[in-house]
Amino acid sequence: MSGKATREALGETLVELAGEGVDVVAVEADLSKSTTTSKLGDAYPERLFNVGVAEANMIDVAAGLSIAGKVAFTGSFAVFATGRAYDQIRNTVCYSNLNVKLTPTHAGISVGPDGGSHQMIEDLALMRVLPGMRVLVPADYHSAKAAIRIAAATPGPFYVRLGRAGVEQVYPPEHEFVVGKANVLREGADVTLAACGLMVGAALSAAELLAADGVSAEVIDVASIKPIDSETLLASVRKTGAVVTAEEHSIIGGLGSAVAEVVGEGAPCMLRRIGVRDVFGTSGEPVELLAHFGLTARDIADAAKEIAS
Amino acid sequence: MPDVRAVEAVATSMRKDIVEMIGEAGSGHPGGSLSAADIVATLYFGGTLKYDSARPGWPERDRFILSKGHAAPVLYAALAEAGYFGRDHLKTLRKLGSMLQGHPDSKKTPGVEVSTGSLGQGLSVAAGLAVGLRGGEHPEPTHEDRTVFCLLGDGEIQEGQVWEAAMFAAHESLGNLVAIVDHNGLQIDGACTEVMCVGSVAAKFSAFDWHAVEIDGHDVGAIHDALQAAKAHRQGPTVIVAHTIKGKGVSFMEGEAGWHGKAPSAEQVEIALAELTAAEGSAG
Repeated sequence: MSGKATREALGETLVELAGEGVDVVAVEADLSKSTTTSKLGDAYPERLFNVGVAEANMIDVAAGLSIAGKVAFTGSFAVFATGRAYDQIRNTVCYSNLNVKLTPTHAGISVGPDGGSHQMIEDLALMRVLPGMRVLVPADYHSAKAAIRIAAATPGPFYVRLGRAGVEQVYPPEHEFVVGKANVLREGADVTLAACGLMVGAALSAAELLAADGVSAEVIDVASIKPIDSETLLASVRKTGAVVTAEEHSIIGGLGSAVAEVVGEGAPCMLRRIGVRDVFGTSGEPVELLAHFGLTARDIADAAKEIAS
Repeated sequence: MPDVRAVEAVATSMRKDIVEMIGEAGSGHPGGSLSAADIVATLYFGGTLKYDSARPGWPERDRFILSKGHAAPVLYAALAEAGYFGRDHLKTLRKLGSMLQGHPDSKKTPGVEVSTGSLGQGLSVAAGLAVGLRGGEHPEPTHEDRTVFCLLGDGEIQEGQVWEAAMFAAHESLGNLVAIVDHNGLQIDGACTEVMCVGSVAAKFSAFDWHAVEIDGHDVGAIHDALQAAKAHRQGPTVIVAHTIKGKGVSFMEGEAGWHGKAPSAEQVEIALAELTAAEGSAG
């Protein structure tokens, strides 16, 4: 897997924001080098707080900093930052509607060899259900930088899902992230491929495979899981009559569920969900794992051919 | 030194509000609200906490976080007394459409700095606030820095996160952070010593490198002195372990774990109010 990882956008963007005069801070739980928040600490030591191995405290210290007027980001890995601190996110950050930005890294199975204990595939479900929480899944490094910027500039809680593995560039450096907007990356007539995160690149590859077989696929990057762009999704499925979702997440509760809710209420059509099928992850290299769990371009294309009109 | 008699009178008045509002609501937590009444009254009306109820968002204010959020009635009584909202709101406690939720909600109630109710989180938030409020480029707290006060229950400190926060506060030398433990010795299921013994609270905080003091949590003069000394102590965080009686001021509630989360009947409210009124008379 080549290209820059979305996690690399975190530290770099925080340093840029601080340099631009944004009163940004980050609270980390002993993973600053992995998440790249260490870059903020290197440039601005007074802006990074490392609480040690204490994720619950991390979230609530960030909550306190936000009440003091800071734009407070949090680090750690997605599995700990959400699962271990869920009550803190729910009852303090979201219930008080605080200006806290959760930007954990190492989400999904592309964490790789660390195995199932560290591969977070339920975070979108956990975050999506929280009132007031905005959930963004950038597809590449440039999209991640833009997502972090829009999260910093928009009051209230955000969850920005970042990954460990390198991903191919989809967007140009000047890409602007719009909360609540899905991006149509390729137009097509026979089937809609709705993807997020590193599966956007796979969906674009799947569209190529489908084109070779005479199937015209529309590819949409659903970078904003919540709020979700119902208008763009419905317009697409009304045209194509079928949709395949693709995410590096459980098929329960994440992008697949969100799209099913939208099309089920607005324009019922055939739907297939590509994702981890209600099992935990396992050790392996990222590319091997994506194949093992059926998250390749070929898997997307095969599902699309089953339901394409 | 404040007028101790005047603060005691406010505390008694707040106790009457607590009993009345929980009675009217038909549910709520009288025991831990009454045990904390002298602490909260002294903080708000003894001259320690810097605030302006006409400007709840005044940047220069000190902050108070009620980590033991189930004691919301004692906070609401203080906020009404301080003028954050009209006293008529007190009888709407816990009712549909009320600004006074069962547990503090910062989105709805002026003067509530952060929503609490899920135990063990307030000290972390207070520590984050304290580190965020200390003076700009100067990492060492100064006397000009705003102070953050946080009230915890003794059952609450069984939550492990409290000790994550304690470690962080000492590590950051948060001299503008003051924790107060309402050490009434009782929790929902009974005595703390029987449910899960918290041992020596002051010694535990001392071991986490906090400055720890112990006081009688119903002695307004002692509470005031401890709060002032804690506010002046800028080398690191201070904890005031306040020994209290759960249900203090209402004879049939005192020392009874059963009154942790139970509303008095109309008849019991009348008895309690009569006792508190008599206390006012003897104090006057």
